[in-house]
Amino acid sequence: MKTIDLEKSSVRELNQALHDQHNECTEREWEVTGVKGDHNLAVGLDQSLSVHIKGHAGYYCAGMNKKANILVEGNVGQGVAENMMSGSVRVTGDASQSAGATAHGGLLVVEGNAGARCGISLKGADIVVKGSVGHMSCFMAQAGTLVVCGDAGEALGDSLYETRIYVKGSVKSLGADCVEKEMRAEHIEHLTELLHRAGVDEDPAAFKRYGSARNLYNFKVDHASSY
Amino acid sequence: MSEEKDLNINTGLRESATFDHFTMAEIRRAAETGIYDIRGFGAKRKVPHFDDLLFLGASMSRYPLEGYREKCNTQVTLGTRFAKKPIVIETPVTIAGMSFGALSANAKEALGRGASEVGTSTTTGDGGMTPEERGQSSKLVYQYLPSRYGMNPDDLRKADAIEVVLGQGAKPGGGGMLLGQKITDRVAQMRTLPKGVDQRSACRHPDWTGPDDLAIKIQELREITDWQVPIYIKVGATRTYYDVKLAVKAGADVIVVDGMQGGTAATQEVFIEHVGIPTMAAIPQAVQALQEMGMHRKVQLIVSGGIRNGADVAKCMALGADAVAIGTAALIALGDNDPKWEAEYRKIGSAAGFYDDYQEGKDPAGISTQDPELSKRLDPVVAGHRLANYLRVLTMEAQTLARACGKNDLRNLEPEDLVALTVESAAMARVPLAGTSWIPGQKF
Repeated sequence: MKTIDLEKSSVRELNQALHDQHNECTEREWEVTGVKGDHNLAVGLDQSLSVHIKGHAGYYCAGMNKKANILVEGNVGQGVAENMMSGSVRVTGDASQSAGATAHGGLLVVEGNAGARCGISLKGADIVVKGSVGHMSCFMAQAGTLVVCGDAGEALGDSLYETRIYVKGSVKSLGADCVEKEMRAEHIEHLTELLHRAGVDEDPAAFKRYGSARNLYNFKVDHASSY
Repeated sequence: MSEEKDLNINTGLRESATFDHFTMAEIRRAAETGIYDIRGFGAKRKVPHFDDLLFLGASMSRYPLEGYREKCNTQVTLGTRFAKKPIVIETPVTIAGMSFGALSANAKEALGRGASEVGTSTTTGDGGMTPEERGQSSKLVYQYLPSRYGMNPDDLRKADAIEVVLGQGAKPGGGGMLLGQKITDRVAQMRTLPKGVDQRSACRHPDWTGPDDLAIKIQELREITDWQVPIYIKVGATRTYYDVKLAVKAGADVIVVDGMQGGTAATQEVFIEHVGIPTMAAIPQAVQALQEMGMHRKVQLIVSGGIRNGADVAKCMALGADAVAIGTAALIALGDNDPKWEAEYRKIGSAAGFYDDYQEGKDPAGISTQDPELSKRLDPVVAGHRLANYLRVLTMEAQTLARACGKNDLRNLEPEDLVALTVESAAMARVPLAGTSWIPGQKF
């Protein structure tokens, strides 16, 4: 295992060392210590690495991740795993707003709560939040899945496209064109698999499913008041 | 229409200046459809523009350069502030961002071919980077937009520069819209949305909300690309002085300011015509902001919006820009609105020179369409060469004017070389009214 201490090394040196593994992988296990809320930790990785970040991370931690499995032992700032393509990111604490924004693939697990706009413009990744999510989560989300084991804030799934949303607790309000949908057997199966993959022990049958009513997919003047 | 108008005037009929023919037609259209007009192109109203400025050629007090024998440099380096690999362009005329989706694959390829032929850059647009575009563009700027359609780190690392788009001149403060009729399988796949669905592009980025956040976002992009490539920030021209200062503070290598004449693929007419300020008015604001921060020429300034000829290029540079970008003019060079398609334009209720319904995807010229049959009409090799010819003419015209002002580099042109024909243009461009030393708001 290779350890990088951010009290002695810069974020630039950390990221460069991780990027260098793309061309020639010499070490798959990485540990980052001395972390004090630094921004842009482990961004743009493109190799099957395991990166253990010991401490709270700032903005965009694990941004645009490909292939790597990143564990943050602490809280994370805005935009964790934004635009992730594959791999996984696990946060043991809370995540600030825009967690998993625009992520195309991979799995993001937040063991605490996530702030506003969790999964905004989601494009295919799976997000599992053991706690609650803030307002406008999954705004304009296009594909992928958001699972919320706690409650969801206002305007959940506003202007939603094809992202699936499962919420166990309460939903303060649904956004434009987001509706509750029947939880059929295939959804139970899908959620069971996802919860298992995320290592979250919850009963899939306790969740409700939300998705797009698809009424706003093409502009119609009759829907003008919905915009 | 003009003959009919003349006839009416001769018979004593008087058209209202307020409720003219176009205005009344628009009221009728709104009453019939119940929806606002969406169209492409840029602002069509007359606004103070570069035609209102003139160069003061050399004579007794200034020494001109020989037009054909003395060098006048046109090469510009963009991104010298932080990037390890700045972009060097051979002409200061670049191609603005236009998406695959809004434009056909052939049109995107033609833009790349034309730009590469003369050593300048082209820009992706919303919807991601296509292999055709990357393959044909020797210098490609990758736009980082609020929608993040097609955004991925592999393409980010293939780019020669990254342009973080906050807005565009046709619709500052507005998002985008690609209507369902242009969403083919390929466009849908690139944007991760079902075929045939209207694709709304958000007006705000999903993971940052202000300039302090943007500074961290730019650091992220630099970290992902190992600080190799320049990062631009593009804004629509509104409060340009403040926007440019904030963009510098956020860490931009290059700032792109797009005036209200800048084009669009699909935006509400009311937005295109009523939001933003003219390009000419934005440049002095941007230059002032850069100069006050000691960053003029260190952070390069690209301006766009209504650039048509070498005189416009030279005037932008005289006002302090480092380069310009063209969009609408480039499409026209490819063949947009060409009279040879007049009969086809008539069939869809338009006319050559007037066509602006890019959102409908029925472009007879095969440019703003995803229809395979229409797209075939544009030969990317021929069209690319036409664009290259046009870019060469813009460059030579700008050089001609610079030499006449005694300048051996386009960037040596300066506001002192310009005068204005109208009080409005003098005030906006901050150059004297012709024949006077009066700059409105500055000197009496």
